[in-house]
Amino acid sequence: MKKWSALTRRDAMASALAGSVALALSASLAGPAAAADKLKAAWVYVGPVGDFGYSYQHDQGRIAVEKALGDKVQTTFVENVPEGPDAERAIERLARDGNKLIFTTSFGFMDPTLKVAKKFPDVKFEHATGYKRADNVATFSARFYEGRYVIGQIAGKMTKSNTIGYIVSFPIPEVVSGINAFMLGAQSVNPNVKVKIIWVNSWYDPGKEADAAKVLIGQGADILTQHTDSTAALQVAQEKGILGFGQSSDMDKFAPKAQITSIVDDWSHYYIGRVKAALDGSWKAIDTWDGMKQEAVVLPPIKNVPADVKAMAEKTAAAIKAGTLKPFGGTITKQDGSTVKDLDDGAILSMNWYIKGIDDKLPQ
Amino acid sequence: MDQSALLAVLLTIVTASTPLLLAALGELVTERAGVLNLGVEGMMVMGAVAGFAAALTTGSPHLGILAAAAAGALLAVPFGVLTLNLVANQVATGLALTLLGLGLSGLIGERFVGQPGVRLQKLQIPGLTDIPFVGPLLFGQDILVYLSIVLAVVVSWVVFRSRTGLILRAVGDNHASAHALGYSVIRVRWAAVLFGGALSGLGGGYLSLAYTPQWIENMTAGRGWIALALVVFSSWLPSRLVIGAYLFGAVTILGFFVQGLGVGVPAQLLSSLPYIVTIAALVVISTRRGRARADTPACLGQPFVPDR
Repeated sequence: MKKWSALTRRDAMASALAGSVALALSASLAGPAAAADKLKAAWVYVGPVGDFGYSYQHDQGRIAVEKALGDKVQTTFVENVPEGPDAERAIERLARDGNKLIFTTSFGFMDPTLKVAKKFPDVKFEHATGYKRADNVATFSARFYEGRYVIGQIAGKMTKSNTIGYIVSFPIPEVVSGINAFMLGAQSVNPNVKVKIIWVNSWYDPGKEADAAKVLIGQGADILTQHTDSTAALQVAQEKGILGFGQSSDMDKFAPKAQITSIVDDWSHYYIGRVKAALDGSWKAIDTWDGMKQEAVVLPPIKNVPADVKAMAEKTAAAIKAGTLKPFGGTITKQDGSTVKDLDDGAILSMNWYIKGIDDKLPQ
Repeated sequence: MDQSALLAVLLTIVTASTPLLLAALGELVTERAGVLNLGVEGMMVMGAVAGFAAALTTGSPHLGILAAAAAGALLAVPFGVLTLNLVANQVATGLALTLLGLGLSGLIGERFVGQPGVRLQKLQIPGLTDIPFVGPLLFGQDILVYLSIVLAVVVSWVVFRSRTGLILRAVGDNHASAHALGYSVIRVRWAAVLFGGALSGLGGGYLSLAYTPQWIENMTAGRGWIALALVVFSSWLPSRLVIGAYLFGAVTILGFFVQGLGVGVPAQLLSSLPYIVTIAALVVISTRRGRARADTPACLGQPFVPDR
């Protein structure tokens, strides 16, 4: 830890003074210099930990690990790592620095993680939201779509214009299955509901997200939801007096009058479990996909809606937790009219089609 | 499209274009003096955090505006010392300035993350703002929108119609001659660098005070780089800069609008369209006969060491 922090500071100085383009590296300096027998674990984030969204939630998980296992583990993180070649450099550096368990938390880190994992067979890697594994690379994700089914149902009940605005980042399966689950939920209570979709081609650009929100409201949307990471869209919703849903973290304090609930990613249970497994030697390169039941996806208390809508949503959430309701269970009609039945995890993880009732054309 | 949708689109275009215009105008003046400051992104983000912090602690968005401009200018100071006084490489120093600004703003802004901000109010003139459609568009913007337009006119006039502008351009085009005529090249460049910093700061402040009134790390999301590009494509003319900034904003927002209609134009194409259209339009304008002067400041990026 000492070595790492010294290195980081020197790098920061050098880059600020000499202008060498370096990754902005931040090492967590919590805790005293560690004994050598502590497990070193590292996290790689795509955004800043201060985004109050996706990367923030991952970092909350890391902090939970520190709290629970602080005497046995020493954690560090790198934020703002671009997806692509730079990621490989950042991950490799963490591995060289003696980290034995490295969590890479964005889809675009998939290939870089595997490349580095090949070079460091004794280091354990965990890649979030991807599908490629190796002997020392495990994958994990959360069933965000379960939460999206619930909020879709709320939206379907609450919309008066029957038009919902949906702001999205990139057409990857996680996002597409989210849109489908949302619409399945909405259609289950409102057959006339329509969704307008805007791709902003960024996970994090508050300005663009706000622009998209304004345009959607101008086109008649009276409920907003998003699969991008900033709080901007929800704030626009509050300003215009309509309702919406948060993403990744509980965004209630940004828009207390607009947020109905949020799809909160809670990685702490998973991270603590995996670090424990690495400590006791039971770690395996498996795939984990936890949902609302394991509290990997959490919906904060529902508000700003009538009591009957709240009760309905809570009932749906309970059914999903109990496993009696599966958002992608039963017969589902695709946009092109063909039907599929009882989708398995593989089908959900590779979803690249819309369900019937979505007028948008999926970018390929 | 019906009227309310059209109005929403037009209003959004204005907010999307204003931060670009402000930051780019500042950089235009800096570059007219022969200094290339690639630190626009860093100065913008410092303006964003300072504006937000000042508005939140004092409760006044107008003090926030002042703080944003001051923070941008303040971050330009190390750039000035390094490149003008110590003759460091402008490109490298500018890049470093961006990194410094992004890091420093994150540090300063840490305790402001997650706090609801103070919004810069929009103008409300009884009678005028209430006119349907035209009212909110022309008389219902916030003060920074009007300021950006006024500044564009003022900068254009000063650069091309005033003695000050003549000196500024002399320094940017031929610093040796300007020096020989007795003008202080370094002093003029310092003024231009500080002005550029202040306007970049204002552009950033617009983001955290009016566009999305909140502070989140890295909230400029690359707008500083777009502003830099706009300066080049405008061939250093303020009038074209206004066209470029608004065109960029307009095509971005219209891309969203078309997506919302669900007609199936690929989203990736729509996302790249602002860049393509802006470049194409400015290239067309600048190749028109009669206007085809070589506007690049001849000494752009070149350090100046006075021979005493």
